[in-house]
Amino acid sequence: MENLSLHHPTRQSAVGAKKMAIVGVVASGNLEVLVERVLPDHECLVEIRTAAEGFGEVWKAVVADFIERYSPGGLKFSINDGGARPDAVSLRLAQAVRLMEEEQ
Amino acid sequence: MATWQLKRETRDNLIQAGSTVANGKVVEVRDATRLLEAILRPGDRVCLEGDNQKQADLLSAALLAVDPAKVNNLHMVQSGVVLPEHLDVFERGIAKRLDYAYSGPQSARIAMMLFGGKIELGAVHTYLELFARYFIDLTPNVALIAAVSADRDGNLYTGPNTEDTPTVVEATAFKDGIVVAQVNQIVDKVPRVDIPADRVHFIVEAEKPFFVEPLFTRDPAAITEGQILTAMLAIKGIYAAYGVERLNHGIGFSTAAIELLLPTYGERLGLKGKVASRFALNPHPALIPAIESGWVKQIHSFGSEVGMENYIRARSDIYFTGADGALRSNRAFSQTAGLYACDMFIGSTLQIDLQGNSSTVTTSRIAGFGGAPNMGADARGRRHPSEPWLKAGQEADPDGQPLLRRGRKLVVQIGETFGEKNVPLFVEKLDAIELADKLKLDLAPVMIYGDDVTHIVTEEGIANLLLCRSSYEREQAIRGVAGYTDVGRGRDKKQVEKLRERGVIRRPEDLGIDPLDADRSMLAARSIKDLVHWSGGLYTPPSKFRNW
Repeated sequence: MENLSLHHPTRQSAVGAKKMAIVGVVASGNLEVLVERVLPDHECLVEIRTAAEGFGEVWKAVVADFIERYSPGGLKFSINDGGARPDAVSLRLAQAVRLMEEEQ
Repeated sequence: MATWQLKRETRDNLIQAGSTVANGKVVEVRDATRLLEAILRPGDRVCLEGDNQKQADLLSAALLAVDPAKVNNLHMVQSGVVLPEHLDVFERGIAKRLDYAYSGPQSARIAMMLFGGKIELGAVHTYLELFARYFIDLTPNVALIAAVSADRDGNLYTGPNTEDTPTVVEATAFKDGIVVAQVNQIVDKVPRVDIPADRVHFIVEAEKPFFVEPLFTRDPAAITEGQILTAMLAIKGIYAAYGVERLNHGIGFSTAAIELLLPTYGERLGLKGKVASRFALNPHPALIPAIESGWVKQIHSFGSEVGMENYIRARSDIYFTGADGALRSNRAFSQTAGLYACDMFIGSTLQIDLQGNSSTVTTSRIAGFGGAPNMGADARGRRHPSEPWLKAGQEADPDGQPLLRRGRKLVVQIGETFGEKNVPLFVEKLDAIELADKLKLDLAPVMIYGDDVTHIVTEEGIANLLLCRSSYEREQAIRGVAGYTDVGRGRDKKQVEKLRERGVIRRPEDLGIDPLDADRSMLAARSIKDLVHWSGGLYTPPSKFRNW
């Protein structure tokens, strides 16, 4: 197990008003993302618990690109990872942001 | 006095020797080894029929049982090294030298035996190359083949899995060789004659049907969102952009995803009738929904696929079938069709380097080539024009004189940036090079050379290598779609953005594709059971693909 905590400032706050959402499942090669609207508007936190060790640099790159692209200010993401590929991680994070765009 | 018919006389004498254990042409199973001892001489070239699908398994076992004091140092010239017996004959000293094309399940052991000096390697070929050499310098003295049934005269019915048999028999029988066939049963009249009796010298009735591997069945349940996204990119960015009607697909999940998106996503893009209508392709179950939706006009096949027999029979407008109604496949012709009459090959691989060379070799495995290098190569002898071929040629050489400019086949590598177990698809140096060093090979086993590859598609986008004007641009175009692999993270970001502005790299958003739309609900079939429903119950999947 490896734990990573990545904290980023964001340009904007995330769209929508939904408080919480979950996407994905914890399974081999997959991941679960819990997202909560609990942070100040221009901050984002991504906490990762992963079964695969030694991919810290890749996680940092994936998360940095994600923040740059979606600017998810105010959101805290908790990831439970079963060894997903980086493209699956990007996709789940994007799906999580889309779910939070809903009004409630 | 010189004699010019020595080989024929020798063959006739050997057939006579073999006849002592036969009743007419028919040999009992228990006498199969004695037959082989009678007709084989040390050092003979032998084709033991086996490819990536069907296997002459009874004759393999019979060959393994010969007395190595009588039969030894054989030179095996065969498409597939697939069964354990194919290598056991080398362990026992029955065989010594090997020329082959494909070794899927035996790829690790074959590497070990080559390294240990148990096998003297001629070369690893593509199917078409090996077939070609059957007629020039690797003509078999004896061919041990597999068929579905035979009559007592020796007419053979090879059924849907005809595959390599006509080619092997042609080279052997017409050059003073001996043909031995194992058949599942001897009948009064064969359903159709695939091989005429005068080319067949002995028949052995096997106790169980020859082995066939269902190699081309991909369970839609295992297709990922990433594969769906790459499939969407390929359909919109390549199939539609070039108007590709004639093509060949590889056997991976990415191309299975394309097959399953044609009736949904492809339909939405208005592409039906405009792309993907004529194939050189095995009967992929994943193509059933597209066929049923009227996308496909015609398919010629290298081999068959277990469980597809009744479906093919009922869809003779689409497939090539014989007088008996069943599929007639032919690997040599289908390979030629893929090489000369298809405008695109699209398939997956295990490793791609910075210039686009690709390989399925890892340091401890030699899987061989099979057919992919012929499918994934520009045919330099091609002379007929077509829209995609001309357009690709124009992109590669925009300033060339149009009337003298060669077209280009589209050779597309598709895959996710990370494969099984998070192994990166992109590498600085192919493992094939290390292997070639280790085994002292003259050539590294490259599946598709970079100069033949025209596009690379990953979930990050499409790299169009036709538009690259230098090896640096080419490298950056490849890095630019290599995602979060080391190769991808090593990109020159500014250069990649420039390539994107020129359309050399196209991202999903450049093509109007939202990655969030890549959802399994877009697949026309999401399980093997769905495929059975699409086929109206005609497709009967093998038990390993059934979970109901």
